[in-house]
Amino acid sequence: MIPELGNFALMLALLLALVQSILPLAGAARNNPAWMSVARPAARAQFLFVAIAFACLAYSFLTNDFSVLNVAQHSFSKLPPVYRFTATWGSHEGSLLLWTFILALWTLAVTVFSRHLPDDMVARVIGVMGLVSCGLLLFMLLTSNPFIRLLPAALDGSDLNPLLQDPGMVVHPPILYMGYVGFSVAFAFALAALISGKLDASWARWSRPWTTAAWSFLTLGIMMGSWWAYYELGWGGWWFWDPTENASLMPWLVGTALIHSLAVTEKRGTFKAWTVFLAIGAFSLSLLGTFLVRSGVLSSVHSFATDPARGLFILAFLAVVIGGSLLLFAFRASQVGLGGRFGLVSRESFLMTNNILLLTVTGAVLLGTLYPLFLDALGLGKISVGPPYFNSVFVPLVTPLLLLIGVGPMARWKQASVPDLAARLKWGFGASVAVALLLPFTLDAWKPTVSMGILLALWIVVSITINVQGRLRRSTRWSANFYGMNLAHFGVAVAVLGVTMVSAYETERNVRMNVGDTVTLKGYTFLFKGAQDLDGPNYKAARGTLEVSRNGKPFTTLYPEKRTYLASGMPFTESAIDYGFTRDLYTAMGERLDGGAWSVRLFHKPFVVWIWIGAVLMALGGAMSITDRRYRASRGKKGASA
Amino acid sequence: MKRFLIPLGIFIVLVGFLAIGLKLDPREVPSPLIGKPAPDFRLSLLSDPAKPLSPADLRGQVWLFNVWASWCVSCREEHPVLLDLSKRGIVPIYGMDYKDQPGDAQAVLDRFGNPYVETVVDLDGRTGIDYGVYGVPETYVIDKNGIIRYKHTGPLTPAVLDNKILPLVKELQR
Repeated sequence: MIPELGNFALMLALLLALVQSILPLAGAARNNPAWMSVARPAARAQFLFVAIAFACLAYSFLTNDFSVLNVAQHSFSKLPPVYRFTATWGSHEGSLLLWTFILALWTLAVTVFSRHLPDDMVARVIGVMGLVSCGLLLFMLLTSNPFIRLLPAALDGSDLNPLLQDPGMVVHPPILYMGYVGFSVAFAFALAALISGKLDASWARWSRPWTTAAWSFLTLGIMMGSWWAYYELGWGGWWFWDPTENASLMPWLVGTALIHSLAVTEKRGTFKAWTVFLAIGAFSLSLLGTFLVRSGVLSSVHSFATDPARGLFILAFLAVVIGGSLLLFAFRASQVGLGGRFGLVSRESFLMTNNILLLTVTGAVLLGTLYPLFLDALGLGKISVGPPYFNSVFVPLVTPLLLLIGVGPMARWKQASVPDLAARLKWGFGASVAVALLLPFTLDAWKPTVSMGILLALWIVVSITINVQGRLRRSTRWSANFYGMNLAHFGVAVAVLGVTMVSAYETERNVRMNVGDTVTLKGYTFLFKGAQDLDGPNYKAARGTLEVSRNGKPFTTLYPEKRTYLASGMPFTESAIDYGFTRDLYTAMGERLDGGAWSVRLFHKPFVVWIWIGAVLMALGGAMSITDRRYRASRGKKGASA
Repeated sequence: MKRFLIPLGIFIVLVGFLAIGLKLDPREVPSPLIGKPAPDFRLSLLSDPAKPLSPADLRGQVWLFNVWASWCVSCREEHPVLLDLSKRGIVPIYGMDYKDQPGDAQAVLDRFGNPYVETVVDLDGRTGIDYGVYGVPETYVIDKNGIIRYKHTGPLTPAVLDNKILPLVKELQR
C-alpha cells in the first residue's frame, strides 16, 4: 500500500511540475499575471508530493518491506536502522529520488526567498526549475521507478554495499546533491535573463547568494567524499581522480569561476554573457556528472548497475536541457550585452584570468575523464587516464591561480596601479619567498615542490593579512562579503599546505606482521598483537590490535578490521586512524597469511587533515558571505516599494 | 552571434561521442593473453587435494576455464548458466577457485550443484595473477593446443554464451 502511495505521489508531482513550468513560462511571455502567479503554489505542491514519495520509500526501507524490489536489492534485515534509512538513496533509483527531492527543496526555497524579485523573473526561474524536475520525474517513472514490487517477495535482502554502510553516507550524498542541484537555481536565473533579455546589476545581486550557497554545499560535499574515501577505502589516498570525483570537481571549478564572475557583473556590470555562460556550464556539468556515473559509459567504483535504456534517456535529457540552453545562449547572449571596458591591470582583468584558468582546468579534467571514451568510440583502443595525467595538468594551471588570490582582491576596479600594488605587497612577497625556501630545511628533506607549496600558502595568508589590515585602517564596519571571501581564501591556503605536506612527506609501509612483530615509522612503533574474530550485526570481522608507542612510551592502540559481510560475502577493509593536527597514523589490515600473520598497511600522513579543514573553511567563508547586508537590504528596499 | 554558437557546437560533438559510448562496454578489456598459450600451473583439485591438475593434462580438447570463488556474488548469478551449459555437454568446464577457503567453495558446489569437471584451488591467487584476473568471475576459452582464444570478464549470460562463446567453441572443436 505505502509503495503504491509513493508511486502515485510521484505521478502527481510530475503533473504539478508540468503545471509549474508551462503556465508561469507562458504567463511571463504573454504578461499574464494570473498564469505567472501559479508558479509558487505549484512549486510548493510539487515539493509536498515529492516529499511524500521520498517518505514512502524511506518507510519501505525502515520496515524491511522486501516485496519492493529496490529494498530487496539494497537492504538486509540485519542492517542497522540508520543504514536502512540511508539505503533509501544507496541505489540508482533512490539517489535519483533524492536528487528530485533536493531540486524540489531548492525550488521551495526560491518561492520563499523571492518576495523582492519582479513577478516575471520569479515565474521564469520557477518555470525553468519545473522543467528540469519534469525531466527527472519522467526519467524515474519510465526507467527507474523505486517502487516496483517484487512478487513473490524476497525472504531477505541482498544487503547494502558495505562501502555505503558508514556514517559518512548519512550526510555525504545529501550535502553533495545540495551543491549539484543548487546550481539549478543559478541556471534558472541565467535562462530567465536570456529569455527576458534583461540582465543588470540587480540580477547579479539576486543570483549571487544562491550560487554561493550551492557552491558552499558542493565544497562541503566534495570534502566529505574525499574524507570518506580516505578512511573507508583503506588505501590511504584522499583523491583518486576517479570519474565520479571528477564529475563533482568540474561543476565546482566552474561554480568557483561563476562566483567570481558574478562579483564583476554585480559591481561593474561587465562579464554579462560570460556569467550567463558559466551559470549554464556549472549546472550542465552537474547533469553531465550524473550521466557519466549513471549510464555506465565510464567505469568507476561508484557506478550503479547499468541499463542501456537509462543511459539513452539521460543522454536525451542532457541534449534537451544543455543543448536547449546553449541554443538560447547563442541567440540571446548578444542582447544581454557585454558591459564596460577595463584596464589591462585591474581587478576585472585579474578575475578574468582567474576565470580563464579555472575553465582551462575544467577542460583538462573533462578531457582526461572522457579521453578513454573518445579513443574507444573512435576504435583506437582501450586506455585509462590516471593520476599522472591529472596531476601534471592540474598543478601548473592551479599554481598561477593561487598566486592571483594574493593580488586580485587588492587591485582596484577598472584600472589598478602596478607600482601601488607592488608597494603594498613587496615585503609580504619577499618574506613568503624567504620562509618558503628555508622552512623545508627544518623538515625531512628540502624539495622544490614543498617550497613552492609553502610559498603559495604563505603568500595567500600574508596578502589576506595586508588586505584586511588596510581595510581596518579605512573602516571598521563589518562586511560579511569581504570577510567571507578572505576566510574562503584562507581555507585555500590551509588546503594547499595540507596537500603539499602529505604528498611530499607521507610514509607508507606494506608489511607482513607476525604476532609480536614491530615496525617503526617516523618515530612511532607499531606492535602487532594479533587478530581476533568477532561478529558484527551483519558481518564477521577479524580485528587486528596494533599497539603504538612513541619513544618507548605507550601512545595509543589501533584496531583495524577486515570484515566479511554476511549477505553479500564481500570482504571489506575498515581502517583505523589516529587523527592528529600535524599527522595521521593510518592502519589497515591486508590479507590473512599463514600462522596468525597478516599483511598490514601502515601510513604516516603529515598534515593530511588540513586538506579537509581548508575545505570546511572555504565553505564557511561562502556561508558567511551570504549573510551580507547587501542581499538583505535589497530585499527590504524592493519590498517597501512593491 | 557566431562566437556564442561555439559552446553549442562543442556540446553537439560531445553528445555524439557519449551516444557512441553508450554502446561500448568500458569493462570489456582485451586480454593480452589472447592467442598466447594458457599460463601453466599445477594446482591441487578441490575434490581431492592430493591430486594435481595442469593445463597440459587437457591438451587435445577445447575447454572453458572459469575463475570463481565462494565469496563472489556475481558468480552466484552465472552459476545456473554454467550448470545448464554443463548439462548440455557441449564443452567441459574447469573451474579455478580463486583466493578462497576450499571448505566454503565445496559447500557452494554441494548446495547449488557442480557444473565443473574439476575445480583447482588457487589459494594465494598467484595463478590468478598469471592469467591477469582482475575481477571474478572470468571465463577463458582454451583450444586443443592450449592457446587462449577468448576471455570474458564478469558473469556469463546466456546471450554471451550463445552469441560468442559457443560458436567459437564449435569452430575450435572442428
